[in-house]
Amino acid sequence: MTHPHFQPDRRRWLAAGAAWGSLGLAGCATPSTQGPPIGRVVVVGGGFGGATAARYLRLWGGNVQVTLVERQAQFVSCPMSNLVVGGLRQMADISHGFDGLRALGVQVVQGEAAHIDGAARQLRLADGRVLPYDRLIISPGIDFMLDQVPGLAEAFASNQAVHAWKAGPQTATLRQQLQAMPDGGVLAISIPRAPYRCPPAPYERACLAAAYLKRNKPRSKVLVLDANPEIQSKKALFERAFAQHYAGIIEYQPNTELKEVAGGLARFEFDDVKADVLNVVPPQRAADLARHAGLLTVNQRWVGVNWLSFESTAMPGVHVLGDALFPAPQMPKSGHMANQQAKVAAAAVIQLLKGEPINPDPLVMNTCYSFVTPAEAVHVASVHHYDAAQRTFLPVHGAGGLSVAANELEARYALNWATTIWHDMLG
Amino acid sequence: MTTRLILLIAACAGGLLSPALQAQDTHQARQLAATCANCHAIAAGPASALKPLAGMPADQIIQAMAQYRSGSQPATIMHQIAKGYTEAQVRLLAAYLAAQPPRP
Repeated sequence: MTHPHFQPDRRRWLAAGAAWGSLGLAGCATPSTQGPPIGRVVVVGGGFGGATAARYLRLWGGNVQVTLVERQAQFVSCPMSNLVVGGLRQMADISHGFDGLRALGVQVVQGEAAHIDGAARQLRLADGRVLPYDRLIISPGIDFMLDQVPGLAEAFASNQAVHAWKAGPQTATLRQQLQAMPDGGVLAISIPRAPYRCPPAPYERACLAAAYLKRNKPRSKVLVLDANPEIQSKKALFERAFAQHYAGIIEYQPNTELKEVAGGLARFEFDDVKADVLNVVPPQRAADLARHAGLLTVNQRWVGVNWLSFESTAMPGVHVLGDALFPAPQMPKSGHMANQQAKVAAAAVIQLLKGEPINPDPLVMNTCYSFVTPAEAVHVASVHHYDAAQRTFLPVHGAGGLSVAANELEARYALNWATTIWHDMLG
Repeated sequence: MTTRLILLIAACAGGLLSPALQAQDTHQARQLAATCANCHAIAAGPASALKPLAGMPADQIIQAMAQYRSGSQPATIMHQIAKGYTEAQVRLLAAYLAAQPPRP
Protein backbone atom coordinates (compact mmCIF):
# COMPACT_ATOMS: atom_id res chain seq x y z
CA MET A 1 0.00 0.00 0.00
CA THR A 2 2.72 2.49 0.91
CA HIS A 3 5.74 3.37 -1.13
CA PRO A 4 8.61 4.19 1.18
CA HIS A 5 10.68 6.05 -1.40
CA PHE A 6 7.87 8.55 -1.90
CA GLN A 7 7.14 9.18 1.74
CA PRO A 8 9.31 12.29 2.18
CA ASP A 9 7.45 14.05 -0.61
CA ARG A 10 4.14 13.05 0.82
CA ARG A 11 5.03 14.38 4.24
CA ARG A 12 6.05 17.64 2.65
CA TRP A 13 2.70 17.88 0.86
CA LEU A 14 0.81 17.16 4.03
CA ALA A 15 2.86 19.66 5.99
CA ALA A 16 2.17 22.26 3.32
CA GLY A 17 -1.53 21.45 3.62
CA ALA A 18 -1.49 21.98 7.36
CA ALA A 19 0.29 25.29 6.96
CA TRP A 20 -2.37 26.58 4.56
CA GLY A 21 -5.05 25.80 7.08
CA SER A 22 -3.49 28.04 9.67
CA LEU A 23 -2.71 30.77 7.16
CA GLY A 24 -6.16 30.68 5.63
CA LEU A 25 -7.49 34.00 6.75
CA ALA A 26 -4.44 35.93 7.77
CA GLY A 27 -2.57 34.97 4.63
CA CYS A 28 -4.43 36.87 1.99
CA ALA A 29 -5.95 40.25 1.72
CA THR A 30 -8.61 39.73 4.35
CA PRO A 31 -12.02 40.07 2.76
CA SER A 32 -14.22 42.76 4.11
CA THR A 33 -17.59 41.92 5.53
CA GLN A 34 -18.12 45.60 6.28
CA GLY A 35 -20.24 47.89 4.22
CA PRO A 36 -23.65 47.32 2.74
CA PRO A 37 -24.33 43.81 1.42
CA ILE A 38 -24.00 43.79 -2.36
CA GLY A 39 -25.75 40.53 -3.07
CA ARG A 40 -26.06 36.77 -2.80
CA VAL A 41 -24.04 34.53 -5.08
CA VAL A 42 -24.53 30.77 -5.16
CA VAL A 43 -21.69 28.75 -6.70
CA VAL A 44 -22.22 25.15 -7.78
CA GLY A 45 -19.25 22.79 -7.97
CA GLY A 46 -16.24 22.72 -5.66
CA GLY A 47 -13.65 22.00 -8.34
CA PHE A 48 -11.10 24.18 -10.08
CA GLY A 49 -13.75 26.57 -11.44
CA GLY A 50 -16.29 26.74 -8.63
CA ALA A 51 -13.97 26.78 -5.63
CA THR A 52 -11.81 29.46 -7.23
CA ALA A 53 -14.88 31.58 -8.01
CA ALA A 54 -16.13 31.27 -4.42
CA ARG A 55 -12.75 32.21 -3.00
CA TYR A 56 -12.16 35.21 -5.26
CA LEU A 57 -15.70 36.49 -4.74
CA ARG A 58 -14.81 36.74 -1.05
CA LEU A 59 -11.29 38.10 -1.63
CA TRP A 60 -12.44 40.76 -4.09
CA GLY A 61 -16.11 41.27 -3.40
CA GLY A 62 -16.35 42.97 -0.05
CA ASN A 63 -19.66 42.16 1.58
CA VAL A 64 -20.89 39.58 -0.90
CA GLN A 65 -22.67 36.54 0.49
CA VAL A 66 -21.22 33.39 -1.08
CA THR A 67 -22.65 29.86 -0.83
CA LEU A 68 -20.79 26.94 -2.41
CA VAL A 69 -22.80 23.82 -3.24
CA GLU A 70 -20.74 20.66 -3.71
CA ARG A 71 -21.94 17.06 -3.62
CA GLN A 72 -18.73 15.66 -2.13
CA ALA A 73 -17.31 16.40 1.31
CA GLN A 74 -13.86 16.86 -0.24
CA PHE A 75 -12.31 18.07 -3.46
CA VAL A 76 -10.39 15.31 -5.25
CA SER A 77 -8.05 16.61 -7.95
CA CYS A 78 -8.06 15.15 -11.45
CA PRO A 79 -4.66 16.72 -12.14
CA MET A 80 -2.09 14.53 -10.32
CA SER A 81 -4.58 11.63 -10.13
CA ASN A 82 -2.53 9.74 -12.73
CA LEU A 83 0.25 9.70 -10.12
CA VAL A 84 -2.16 7.71 -7.92
CA VAL A 85 -2.96 5.37 -10.83
CA GLY A 86 0.79 4.82 -11.26
CA GLY A 87 1.29 4.16 -7.53
CA LEU A 88 3.39 7.30 -6.95
CA ARG A 89 0.90 9.10 -4.70
CA GLN A 90 -2.01 8.17 -2.45
CA MET A 91 -5.62 9.37 -2.65
CA ALA A 92 -5.05 11.51 0.46
CA ASP A 93 -2.41 13.50 -1.46
CA ILE A 94 -4.93 14.69 -4.06
CA SER A 95 -7.88 15.21 -1.66
CA HIS A 96 -8.53 18.50 0.10
CA GLY A 97 -11.37 19.81 2.26
CA PHE A 98 -13.16 23.14 2.14
CA ASP A 99 -12.13 24.56 5.53
CA GLY A 100 -10.01 27.24 3.86
CA LEU A 101 -13.10 28.54 2.08
CA ARG A 102 -15.19 28.36 5.26
CA ALA A 103 -12.54 30.41 7.07
CA LEU A 104 -12.91 33.04 4.37
CA GLY A 105 -16.65 33.28 4.99
CA VAL A 106 -17.94 30.99 2.26
CA GLN A 107 -20.94 28.97 3.35
CA VAL A 108 -20.26 25.43 2.13
CA VAL A 109 -23.35 23.29 1.52
CA GLN A 110 -22.91 19.61 0.80
CA GLY A 111 -25.67 18.66 -1.58
CA GLU A 112 -26.67 17.88 -5.14
CA ALA A 113 -27.79 20.83 -7.25
CA ALA A 114 -30.86 19.58 -9.08
CA HIS A 115 -32.74 22.42 -10.77
CA ILE A 116 -32.13 26.02 -11.78
CA ASP A 117 -35.18 28.28 -11.83
CA GLY A 118 -33.78 31.17 -13.85
CA ALA A 119 -36.96 33.26 -13.67
CA ALA A 120 -37.28 33.05 -9.88
CA ARG A 121 -33.48 33.09 -9.45
CA GLN A 122 -33.51 30.03 -7.24
CA LEU A 123 -31.42 26.88 -7.15
CA ARG A 124 -33.15 23.76 -5.86
CA LEU A 125 -31.15 20.92 -4.36
CA ALA A 126 -32.04 17.24 -4.72
CA ASP A 127 -33.02 17.11 -1.04
CA GLY A 128 -35.56 19.92 -1.58
CA ARG A 129 -33.58 22.81 -0.14
CA VAL A 130 -33.98 26.03 -2.12
CA LEU A 131 -31.20 28.60 -2.39
CA PRO A 132 -32.16 32.04 -3.74
CA TYR A 133 -29.48 33.96 -5.62
CA ASP A 134 -28.84 37.28 -7.28
CA ARG A 135 -26.20 35.64 -9.46
CA LEU A 136 -25.51 31.92 -9.92
CA ILE A 137 -22.12 30.57 -10.98
CA ILE A 138 -22.00 26.93 -12.01
CA SER A 139 -18.89 24.93 -12.76
CA PRO A 140 -20.60 21.57 -13.16
CA GLY A 141 -17.94 19.74 -15.16
CA ILE A 142 -18.78 16.96 -17.58
CA ASP A 143 -21.09 14.00 -17.67
CA PHE A 144 -20.69 10.95 -19.87
CA MET A 145 -22.65 10.16 -23.04
CA LEU A 146 -23.03 6.53 -22.09
CA ASP A 147 -25.77 5.90 -24.64
CA GLN A 148 -23.16 6.25 -27.40
CA VAL A 149 -21.42 3.03 -26.34
CA PRO A 150 -23.81 0.13 -25.73
CA GLY A 151 -22.87 -1.94 -22.70
CA LEU A 152 -20.63 0.73 -21.20
CA ALA A 153 -23.03 1.77 -18.42
CA GLU A 154 -23.34 -1.88 -17.31
CA ALA A 155 -19.57 -2.38 -17.54
CA PHE A 156 -18.99 0.67 -15.30
CA ALA A 157 -21.64 -0.51 -12.84
CA SER A 158 -19.91 -3.89 -12.47
CA ASN A 159 -16.36 -2.46 -12.54
CA GLN A 160 -15.65 -4.48 -15.68
CA ALA A 161 -14.62 -1.12 -17.04
CA VAL A 162 -13.48 1.97 -15.14
CA HIS A 163 -13.28 5.54 -16.36
CA ALA A 164 -11.33 7.29 -13.57
CA TRP A 165 -12.17 10.51 -15.45
CA LYS A 166 -13.76 12.09 -12.41
CA ALA A 167 -11.22 11.76 -9.64
CA GLY A 168 -12.40 9.86 -6.57
CA PRO A 169 -13.34 6.21 -5.95
CA GLN A 170 -12.84 5.44 -9.65
CA THR A 171 -9.21 6.54 -9.39
CA ALA A 172 -8.65 4.16 -6.48
CA THR A 173 -10.43 1.33 -8.33
CA LEU A 174 -8.25 1.71 -11.41
CA ARG A 175 -5.16 1.63 -9.19
CA GLN A 176 -6.38 -1.51 -7.41
CA GLN A 177 -7.14 -3.24 -10.69
CA LEU A 178 -3.62 -2.50 -11.95
CA GLN A 179 -2.19 -3.88 -8.73
CA ALA A 180 -4.28 -7.03 -9.07
CA MET A 181 -3.43 -7.51 -12.74
CA PRO A 182 -1.14 -10.50 -13.40
CA ASP A 183 2.28 -10.04 -15.00
CA GLY A 184 1.69 -10.43 -18.73
CA GLY A 185 -1.74 -8.81 -18.48
CA VAL A 186 -3.18 -6.12 -20.72
CA LEU A 187 -4.37 -2.64 -19.75
CA ALA A 188 -6.48 -1.09 -22.50
CA ILE A 189 -7.11 2.68 -22.45
CA SER A 190 -9.88 3.84 -24.78
CA ILE A 191 -9.87 7.55 -25.72
CA PRO A 192 -12.98 9.25 -27.17
CA ARG A 193 -13.06 11.71 -30.03
CA ALA A 194 -12.08 15.23 -28.99
CA PRO A 195 -13.31 17.36 -27.31
CA TYR A 196 -12.95 15.71 -23.92
CA ARG A 197 -11.71 16.83 -20.50
CA CYS A 198 -7.92 17.34 -20.32
CA PRO A 199 -6.57 16.34 -23.74
CA PRO A 200 -3.08 15.10 -22.66
CA ALA A 201 -4.28 13.12 -19.64
CA PRO A 202 -4.93 9.74 -21.34
CA TYR A 203 -1.38 9.69 -22.70
CA GLU A 204 0.07 10.68 -19.34
CA ARG A 205 -1.93 7.86 -17.78
CA ALA A 206 -0.53 5.41 -20.33
CA CYS A 207 3.01 6.53 -19.42
CA LEU A 208 2.59 6.29 -15.65
CA ALA A 209 0.73 2.96 -15.81
CA ALA A 210 3.45 1.65 -18.13
CA ALA A 211 6.18 2.87 -15.76
CA TYR A 212 4.53 0.91 -12.93
CA LEU A 213 4.13 -2.21 -15.06
CA LYS A 214 7.67 -1.99 -16.49
CA ARG A 215 9.06 -2.07 -12.98
CA ASN A 216 6.68 -4.56 -11.39
CA LYS A 217 5.09 -6.66 -14.17
CA PRO A 218 7.40 -6.30 -17.15
CA ARG A 219 5.62 -8.76 -19.45
CA SER A 220 2.45 -6.63 -19.41
CA LYS A 221 1.10 -4.42 -22.19
CA VAL A 222 -0.66 -1.06 -22.36
CA LEU A 223 -2.92 -0.67 -25.41
CA VAL A 224 -3.80 2.95 -26.14
CA LEU A 225 -6.84 2.85 -28.42
CA ASP A 226 -7.49 6.37 -29.65
CA ALA A 227 -10.65 7.38 -31.54
CA ASN A 228 -8.70 10.37 -32.85
CA PRO A 229 -6.31 10.27 -35.81
CA GLU A 230 -3.36 11.25 -33.62
CA ILE A 231 -2.23 12.07 -30.08
CA GLN A 232 -4.25 15.12 -29.05
CA SER A 233 -1.70 17.12 -27.05
CA LYS A 234 2.10 17.20 -26.71
CA LYS A 235 2.22 14.69 -29.54
CA ALA A 236 5.95 14.60 -30.27
CA LEU A 237 6.81 14.55 -26.56
CA PHE A 238 4.52 11.60 -25.84
CA GLU A 239 5.69 9.75 -28.96
CA ARG A 240 9.26 10.15 -27.75
CA ALA A 241 8.35 8.89 -24.28
CA PHE A 242 6.50 5.89 -25.69
CA ALA A 243 9.52 4.96 -27.83
CA GLN A 244 12.25 5.81 -25.34
CA HIS A 245 10.82 4.36 -22.14
CA TYR A 246 7.97 2.05 -22.99
CA ALA A 247 8.92 0.26 -26.23
CA GLY A 248 7.32 -3.19 -26.13
CA ILE A 249 4.89 -2.11 -23.42
CA ILE A 250 2.81 0.75 -24.86
CA GLU A 251 1.15 0.09 -28.19
CA TYR A 252 -0.57 3.16 -29.66
CA GLN A 253 -3.37 2.75 -32.18
CA PRO A 254 -5.05 5.83 -33.74
CA ASN A 255 -8.50 5.91 -35.41
CA THR A 256 -9.80 3.25 -33.04
CA GLU A 257 -13.17 4.17 -31.58
CA LEU A 258 -14.92 2.04 -28.99
CA LYS A 259 -18.26 0.79 -30.34
CA GLU A 260 -19.54 -1.52 -27.62
CA VAL A 261 -18.61 -3.33 -24.42
CA ALA A 262 -20.07 -6.85 -24.36
CA GLY A 263 -19.22 -10.18 -22.77
CA GLY A 264 -16.03 -8.84 -21.24
CA LEU A 265 -14.84 -7.59 -24.63
CA ALA A 266 -14.20 -4.04 -25.78
CA ARG A 267 -15.43 -4.02 -29.39
CA PHE A 268 -13.93 -1.73 -32.00
CA GLU A 269 -14.67 -1.53 -35.71
CA PHE A 270 -12.07 -4.10 -36.71
CA ASP A 271 -11.04 -5.72 -33.44
CA ASP A 272 -12.36 -7.13 -30.22
CA VAL A 273 -10.03 -6.49 -27.30
CA LYS A 274 -9.94 -8.66 -24.21
CA ALA A 275 -8.23 -6.59 -21.56
CA ASP A 276 -7.40 -7.51 -17.98
CA VAL A 277 -8.00 -3.91 -17.02
CA LEU A 278 -10.33 -1.88 -19.24
CA ASN A 279 -10.06 1.90 -18.79
CA VAL A 280 -12.65 3.67 -20.92
CA VAL A 281 -12.60 7.45 -21.15
CA PRO A 282 -16.17 7.95 -22.38
CA PRO A 283 -17.53 10.58 -24.78
CA GLN A 284 -18.47 13.68 -22.79
CA ARG A 285 -20.78 16.68 -22.70
CA ALA A 286 -21.58 19.44 -20.22
CA ALA A 287 -22.96 18.02 -16.98
CA ASP A 288 -26.64 17.23 -16.43
CA LEU A 289 -27.32 20.36 -14.33
CA ALA A 290 -26.51 22.56 -17.35
CA ARG A 291 -28.38 20.28 -19.75
CA HIS A 292 -31.57 20.18 -17.70
CA ALA A 293 -31.47 23.98 -17.35
CA GLY A 294 -31.41 24.34 -21.13
CA LEU A 295 -27.94 25.87 -21.23
CA LEU A 296 -26.48 23.60 -23.93
CA THR A 297 -26.53 25.99 -26.86
CA VAL A 298 -23.74 24.35 -28.89
CA ASN A 299 -24.43 20.95 -30.53
CA GLN A 300 -26.73 20.12 -27.61
CA ARG A 301 -23.50 19.31 -25.87
CA TRP A 302 -21.73 22.40 -24.54
CA VAL A 303 -22.63 25.71 -22.89
CA GLY A 304 -22.21 28.99 -24.76
CA VAL A 305 -21.29 32.09 -22.75
CA ASN A 306 -20.57 35.79 -23.06
CA TRP A 307 -16.78 35.67 -22.63
CA LEU A 308 -16.46 38.93 -20.68
CA SER A 309 -18.74 37.78 -17.87
CA PHE A 310 -19.12 34.02 -18.49
CA GLU A 311 -22.88 34.60 -18.33
CA SER A 312 -24.85 31.96 -20.20
CA THR A 313 -26.23 33.09 -23.55
CA ALA A 314 -29.37 31.09 -22.74
CA MET A 315 -30.18 32.14 -19.16
CA PRO A 316 -29.52 35.59 -17.67
CA GLY A 317 -28.01 35.61 -14.19
CA VAL A 318 -26.32 32.23 -14.62
CA HIS A 319 -22.57 32.17 -15.20
CA VAL A 320 -20.83 28.99 -16.36
CA LEU A 321 -17.19 27.93 -16.03
CA GLY A 322 -14.84 25.14 -16.92
CA ASP A 323 -15.12 21.91 -18.87
CA ALA A 324 -18.87 22.41 -19.50
CA LEU A 325 -18.16 25.33 -21.85
CA PHE A 326 -17.93 25.34 -25.60
CA PRO A 327 -14.40 26.68 -25.53
CA ALA A 328 -12.97 29.72 -27.25
CA PRO A 329 -10.49 28.92 -30.07
CA GLN A 330 -7.65 26.69 -28.80
CA MET A 331 -8.79 27.09 -25.20
CA PRO A 332 -8.27 23.73 -23.47
CA LYS A 333 -10.65 21.98 -21.09
CA SER A 334 -8.31 22.03 -18.10
CA GLY A 335 -8.42 22.70 -14.38
CA HIS A 336 -5.96 25.53 -14.84
CA MET A 337 -8.20 27.20 -17.42
CA ALA A 338 -11.29 26.78 -15.22
CA ASN A 339 -9.40 28.50 -12.40
CA GLN A 340 -8.43 31.38 -14.69
CA GLN A 341 -11.98 31.73 -16.04
CA ALA A 342 -13.31 31.75 -12.47
CA LYS A 343 -11.31 34.86 -11.57
CA VAL A 344 -12.61 36.75 -14.62
CA ALA A 345 -16.16 35.63 -13.81
CA ALA A 346 -15.88 36.47 -10.10
CA ALA A 347 -14.70 40.00 -10.93
CA ALA A 348 -17.50 40.44 -13.47
CA VAL A 349 -20.17 39.17 -11.05
CA ILE A 350 -19.01 41.61 -8.38
CA GLN A 351 -19.20 44.49 -10.85
CA LEU A 352 -22.64 43.42 -12.06
CA LEU A 353 -23.90 43.23 -8.48
CA LYS A 354 -22.58 46.72 -7.87
CA GLY A 355 -23.98 48.01 -11.16
CA GLU A 356 -20.51 49.03 -12.29
CA PRO A 357 -18.75 48.36 -15.63
CA ILE A 358 -16.93 45.04 -16.01
CA ASN A 359 -13.34 44.66 -17.13
CA PRO A 360 -13.42 45.02 -20.94
CA ASP A 361 -9.99 43.49 -21.51
CA PRO A 362 -9.43 40.27 -19.51
CA LEU A 363 -6.58 37.84 -20.06
CA VAL A 364 -6.32 34.15 -19.19
CA MET A 365 -3.51 31.67 -19.59
CA ASN A 366 -3.02 27.93 -19.37
CA THR A 367 -0.19 25.77 -18.13
CA CYS A 368 -0.51 22.03 -18.28
CA TYR A 369 2.17 19.66 -17.04
CA SER A 370 2.17 15.94 -17.83
CA PHE A 371 4.43 13.32 -16.29
CA VAL A 372 5.99 11.03 -18.88
CA THR A 373 8.04 9.07 -16.32
CA PRO A 374 7.81 9.12 -12.52
CA ALA A 375 10.68 11.65 -12.52
CA GLU A 376 10.15 13.70 -15.68
CA ALA A 377 7.43 15.98 -16.97
CA VAL A 378 6.60 18.09 -20.03
CA HIS A 379 4.40 21.15 -20.45
CA VAL A 380 2.17 22.98 -22.88
CA ALA A 381 1.33 26.63 -22.21
CA SER A 382 -0.82 29.27 -23.88
CA VAL A 383 -2.06 32.81 -23.25
CA HIS A 384 -5.50 33.98 -24.39
CA HIS A 385 -6.60 37.61 -24.67
CA TYR A 386 -10.11 38.93 -25.17
CA ASP A 387 -10.71 40.14 -28.70
CA ALA A 388 -13.37 42.86 -28.66
CA ALA A 389 -14.11 42.57 -32.39
CA GLN A 390 -14.70 38.82 -32.31
CA ARG A 391 -16.12 38.87 -28.77
CA THR A 392 -14.16 35.83 -27.69
CA PHE A 393 -10.77 34.88 -26.26
CA LEU A 394 -8.08 34.26 -28.86
CA PRO A 395 -4.61 32.81 -28.31
CA VAL A 396 -1.93 35.51 -28.21
CA HIS A 397 0.12 35.07 -31.35
CA GLY A 398 3.72 34.08 -30.62
CA ALA A 399 3.10 33.21 -26.97
CA GLY A 400 2.92 29.77 -25.41
CA GLY A 401 4.55 26.55 -26.46
CA LEU A 402 5.84 23.17 -25.42
CA SER A 403 8.79 21.73 -23.52
CA VAL A 404 11.81 21.05 -25.69
CA ALA A 405 12.18 17.66 -24.03
CA ALA A 406 11.03 15.82 -20.92
CA ASN A 407 13.00 16.89 -17.86
CA GLU A 408 13.23 16.53 -14.09
CA LEU A 409 12.97 20.24 -13.31
CA GLU A 410 9.49 20.39 -14.80
CA ALA A 411 8.44 17.39 -12.72
CA ARG A 412 9.23 19.56 -9.68
CA TYR A 413 7.38 22.48 -11.24
CA ALA A 414 4.40 20.21 -11.91
CA LEU A 415 4.17 19.25 -8.23
CA ASN A 416 4.59 22.90 -7.27
CA TRP A 417 1.82 23.85 -9.71
CA ALA A 418 -0.51 21.42 -7.94
CA THR A 419 0.14 22.68 -4.41
CA THR A 420 -0.06 26.31 -5.52
CA ILE A 421 -3.27 26.05 -7.53
CA TRP A 422 -4.94 23.96 -4.82
CA HIS A 423 -4.16 26.79 -2.43
CA ASP A 424 -5.32 29.40 -4.93
CA MET A 425 -8.74 27.72 -5.19
CA LEU A 426 -9.27 26.39 -1.66
CA GLY A 427 -7.24 28.72 0.55
CA MET B 1 5.99 54.98 -23.58
CA THR B 2 3.04 54.64 -25.90
CA THR B 3 0.87 53.49 -23.04
CA ARG B 4 1.88 56.44 -20.90
CA LEU B 5 0.95 58.71 -23.74
CA ILE B 6 -2.42 57.00 -24.08
CA LEU B 7 -2.99 57.29 -20.35
CA LEU B 8 -2.04 60.95 -20.52
CA ILE B 9 -4.47 61.57 -23.36
CA ALA B 10 -7.14 59.65 -21.49
CA ALA B 11 -6.42 61.67 -18.37
CA CYS B 12 -6.74 64.94 -20.29
CA ALA B 13 -9.89 63.80 -22.03
CA GLY B 14 -11.43 62.82 -18.72
CA GLY B 15 -10.28 65.94 -16.92
CA LEU B 16 -7.37 64.45 -14.94
CA LEU B 17 -7.34 60.81 -13.86
CA SER B 18 -10.97 60.14 -13.13
CA PRO B 19 -11.81 57.75 -10.29
CA ALA B 20 -13.51 55.49 -12.86
CA LEU B 21 -10.32 55.14 -14.85
CA GLN B 22 -8.29 54.43 -11.73
CA ALA B 23 -10.78 51.80 -10.63
CA GLN B 24 -10.67 50.22 -14.07
CA ASP B 25 -6.87 50.06 -13.90
CA THR B 26 -6.96 48.53 -10.42
CA HIS B 27 -9.41 45.86 -11.55
CA GLN B 28 -7.33 45.19 -14.61
CA ALA B 29 -4.14 44.94 -12.53
CA ARG B 30 -5.77 42.60 -10.01
CA GLN B 31 -7.06 40.29 -12.71
CA LEU B 32 -3.73 40.22 -14.55
CA ALA B 33 -1.82 39.51 -11.33
CA ALA B 34 -4.24 36.69 -10.52
CA THR B 35 -3.26 34.91 -13.73
CA CYS B 36 0.14 34.25 -12.09
CA ALA B 37 -1.33 32.66 -8.96
CA ASN B 38 -1.64 29.11 -10.28
CA CYS B 39 2.14 28.67 -10.03
CA HIS B 40 3.47 31.61 -7.99
CA ALA B 41 2.49 32.83 -4.55
CA ILE B 42 0.93 36.25 -5.22
CA ALA B 43 -0.11 36.75 -1.61
CA ALA B 44 1.18 35.41 1.66
CA GLY B 45 0.52 31.69 1.67
CA PRO B 46 2.25 28.37 1.29
CA ALA B 47 5.84 28.30 0.15
CA SER B 48 6.18 27.85 -3.58
CA ALA B 49 9.21 26.37 -5.29
CA LEU B 50 9.02 29.37 -7.61
CA LYS B 51 9.72 33.02 -6.95
CA PRO B 52 7.01 34.45 -4.69
CA LEU B 53 5.74 37.54 -6.43
CA ALA B 54 3.95 39.18 -3.52
CA GLY B 55 5.98 42.21 -2.47
CA MET B 56 8.57 41.90 -5.22
CA PRO B 57 9.62 45.37 -6.40
CA ALA B 58 7.78 46.32 -9.57
CA ASP B 59 10.93 47.12 -11.55
CA GLN B 60 12.30 43.63 -10.82
CA ILE B 61 9.14 42.03 -12.17
CA ILE B 62 9.17 44.26 -15.24
CA GLN B 63 12.85 43.52 -15.89
CA ALA B 64 12.42 39.77 -15.43
CA MET B 65 9.47 39.67 -17.82
CA ALA B 66 11.45 41.67 -20.41
CA GLN B 67 14.39 39.26 -20.09
CA TYR B 68 12.14 36.22 -20.44
CA ARG B 69 10.49 37.79 -23.48
CA SER B 70 13.78 38.61 -25.17
CA GLY B 71 15.24 35.21 -24.34
CA SER B 72 18.18 36.68 -22.44
CA GLN B 73 16.95 34.86 -19.33
CA PRO B 74 16.68 31.13 -20.09
CA ALA B 75 13.57 29.37 -18.78
CA THR B 76 11.55 26.19 -19.10
CA ILE B 77 8.23 27.97 -19.59
CA MET B 78 8.34 31.67 -18.63
CA HIS B 79 9.81 32.75 -21.98
CA GLN B 80 6.64 31.37 -23.62
CA ILE B 81 4.25 32.89 -21.07
CA ALA B 82 5.94 36.31 -20.95
CA LYS B 83 5.28 36.80 -24.66
CA GLY B 84 1.55 36.68 -23.95
CA TYR B 85 1.55 39.93 -21.94
CA THR B 86 1.96 43.43 -23.35
CA GLU B 87 4.39 45.81 -21.64
CA ALA B 88 1.43 47.82 -20.37
CA GLN B 89 -0.09 44.69 -18.85
CA VAL B 90 3.22 43.78 -17.20
CA ARG B 91 3.47 47.26 -15.67
CA LEU B 92 -0.03 46.98 -14.26
CA LEU B 93 0.44 43.54 -12.73
CA ALA B 94 3.90 44.44 -11.42
CA ALA B 95 2.53 47.49 -9.59
CA TYR B 96 -0.23 45.39 -8.06
CA LEU B 97 2.09 42.56 -6.96
CA ALA B 98 4.66 44.97 -5.51
CA ALA B 99 1.94 46.39 -3.26
CA GLN B 100 1.03 42.98 -1.80
CA PRO B 101 2.44 42.04 1.61
CA PRO B 102 5.31 39.55 1.19
CA ARG B 103 5.39 36.15 2.86
CA PRO B 104 6.35 36.56 6.51
